Amino acid sequence: MTEYNFAYLDEQTKRMIRRAILKGLAIPGYQVPFASREMPMPYGWGTGGVQVSAAVLTPEDRFKVIDQGADDTTNAVSIRGFFERTAGVATTTHTEEATVIQTRHRIPEVPLREGQILVYQVPIPEPLRFLEPRESETRKMHSLEEYGLMHVKLYEDISRHGHIATSYAYPVRVEARYVMDPSPIPKFDNPKLGDCAAIQLFGAGREQRIYALPPYTQVVSLDFEDHPFDPSKADHPCGLCGATNSYLDEVIVDDAGGRMFVCSDTDYCEARQAQGHRGKDAA
Amino acid sequence: MQAQTLEGGFANPPADAAHAFRGVMEAMARPGTLHQLAGATPPAPLSAAAGAVLLTLCDTETPLYLAGDADCAAVRAWVAFHTGAPLADAANCAFAIGTWQALAPLSGFPVGTPDYPDRSATLIVECDTLDTKGATLTGPGIRDSAALSLPDPQAFRDNAARFPLGLDFLFTCGDRVAALPRTTRVR
Amino acid sequence: MYVAVKGGERAIANAHSWLAEERRGDTAIAELSVAQIREQQSLAVNRVMAEGSLYDPDLAALAIKQARGDLIEAIFLIRAYRTTLPRFGVSQPVDTGAMACDRRISATFKDLPGGQVLGPTFDYTHRLLDFKLAAEGDAPEAPERTATPEAVPHVTAFLNREGLIEEAVPDDTSPPDLTREPLEMPADRALRLQALTRADEGFILGLAYSTQRGYARNHAFVGELRIGAVAVEMDIPELGFAIEIGEITLTECETVNQFTGSKTEPPQFTRGYGLVFGQTERKAISMALVDRALRWQELGEDDVGAPAQDAEFVLYHADNIQATGFLEHIKLPHYVDFQSELELVRKLRREAGA
Repeated sequence: MTEYNFAYLDEQTKRMIRRAILKGLAIPGYQVPFASREMPMPYGWGTGGVQVSAAVLTPEDRFKVIDQGADDTTNAVSIRGFFERTAGVATTTHTEEATVIQTRHRIPEVPLREGQILVYQVPIPEPLRFLEPRESETRKMHSLEEYGLMHVKLYEDISRHGHIATSYAYPVRVEARYVMDPSPIPKFDNPKLGDCAAIQLFGAGREQRIYALPPYTQVVSLDFEDHPFDPSKADHPCGLCGATNSYLDEVIVDDAGGRMFVCSDTDYCEARQAQGHRGKDAA
Repeated sequence: MQAQTLEGGFANPPADAAHAFRGVMEAMARPGTLHQLAGATPPAPLSAAAGAVLLTLCDTETPLYLAGDADCAAVRAWVAFHTGAPLADAANCAFAIGTWQALAPLSGFPVGTPDYPDRSATLIVECDTLDTKGATLTGPGIRDSAALSLPDPQAFRDNAARFPLGLDFLFTCGDRVAALPRTTRVR
Repeated sequence: MYVAVKGGERAIANAHSWLAEERRGDTAIAELSVAQIREQQSLAVNRVMAEGSLYDPDLAALAIKQARGDLIEAIFLIRAYRTTLPRFGVSQPVDTGAMACDRRISATFKDLPGGQVLGPTFDYTHRLLDFKLAAEGDAPEAPERTATPEAVPHVTAFLNREGLIEEAVPDDTSPPDLTREPLEMPADRALRLQALTRADEGFILGLAYSTQRGYARNHAFVGELRIGAVAVEMDIPELGFAIEIGEITLTECETVNQFTGSKTEPPQFTRGYGLVFGQTERKAISMALVDRALRWQELGEDDVGAPAQDAEFVLYHADNIQATGFLEHIKLPHYVDFQSELELVRKLRREAGA
């Protein structure tokens, strides 16, 4: 078996990704093209996040991977195992202990701190893609700050449904300039994007884009004066830890319509239970 | 080939480059903070930090402009051996290195295009002093405000006014680095 | 009482073990060797090399074995391996005019210098299942003749001599490399051809077929299809000249397409081009048709809105590794997004009084 380089990628590829990350940080919300490599895992399964993580990890880091907020979902387990093997880094499930966190679809409940890096896996980095499928056109729209189409789409939702009918991957405006896709996080997580103490990096492997939010960047979810952004979530406490302020998974517990709600952030939920918090469904 | 040419690179490239990059990234993400960059001993007049930046970010894909005293035989040979970066003039570079005086005027560097604002130069400014006193900085990466010893605050205000186009700066002094992306507002 | 699902790690390990067992199948049946796949499933090997962008029959055969015969999975294995290989240099362009042809046919001329050589083709086989193959048989023997020694000229060169076909102007510019730079639009022809040659065979076939049925019809004749070995040469700076570093088999298809002309230019046939690793002629012909359709702009044709004319559509969707990855990723958990949709739909229904 051939020995792979530290964190799998060769140094030249890492330099290319590192340069893209720096430009991404210098132009918050702008999607930097990068020559994404073929990774030993499928496109769409986190290859962008994996390449960004590989480019930022040092041997001393403590790495956490979550998918849907949980450390033990199969793809999170797989990616964590990949870096344990190829980078030899220590791993953790505790948000506070981690220095680099790779995530799919969630931002941890515990506020992140300085010194931490949150790496998002991004499927479709272009927030305008579903309005305009052509890259050549959306690039022009970003360069001209032509975001009217996005507002029209959101407004059409309101006229049809009475609400903006986007509940995840809810678009944001960064520093009053670029409209950015925050990856398919629930809109509940959107408020955590702005003024975050950690560095946030976004990697889209198949679409070959990297973008970034430096700490304490102004990030505003798109809305209208008469229809302000609403980050609400299911109105239930967690069945296990009783938390009322966390994002919840709905679990079907029997075939008679029984269901319960539990924290999607498993580390947060376990920590609360360890502190003695109990929900109504806890043992 | 001079022994000096062959020496001064990273002893353990994957780990050394990873550490150096984290320093540079933290600097760029948090304008006005200082970070240590170790592991490189480039020939004079380059600082250790500037050498580490070159080893971490430059290769055959990044045209490099050596400005003023940095454009000397020893540096050329060292850069060629350790990075393979092709040398270029200011107008065609991805990275430039030199003192503030040597790099001037800034108008000659690529600032990106409206479609691709990332296609802009990153300037590595070698400084005699570098500390967190001086011009007041606000903007992305800065919670309230920060301060940094900048050679010419007005030049950075002009640069920021062109956002999203513009240049990005790394300041190096000894083994320390700080950064100023185009987004930072300088007072 | 509810306990959150745990044990992803063990589930993955067990799934991998089961997969390995299924790959081997019934152990009472002899195991396939990589050499058997390489020799007896060579067209599968060729497709894996072509779409994997790596010419190595042994590795392609290994990938097919490991992938249980799933060719896209095998291509994926090859791509992921290929990307880790160091690059020592760049070869000189191969000279397909000097190809040692196993097969060479032209649909435009009944006979021509170099002749029509059918070669090992399925073309005129009757597709009747050969039950004799079900039993183990002796190796069949084909009659032999001495190989045509001299280089076989390209058919389009005959047309070119009369000025009847557009000139293919030699160009020494280094082509872009989409495996090293992000794909950017507009893509020049060299980049499009690179994307097409590694594109999914089925996708390119479907697009090519659509042009034949009228979605940007370009009246293609197979001017020439040739399959054979070419030498790969590389400049060695230390030596100061090029040396042959190996030999690869290629399939090349040149189509002669509908002519164009204008007040200033007399009518001329136009070209489509396909070049693919290995014996892969369905892919090479398809590639030539799609290449030709994508050239509408430079040839001053109308954009009729056909999929095969749309470079952005074709190039962004032709790669089966990208496509299958993204398609299959919807198997991954989407609890969070689905939950947010669920809440929204419940809320909208509540307000609508449903």
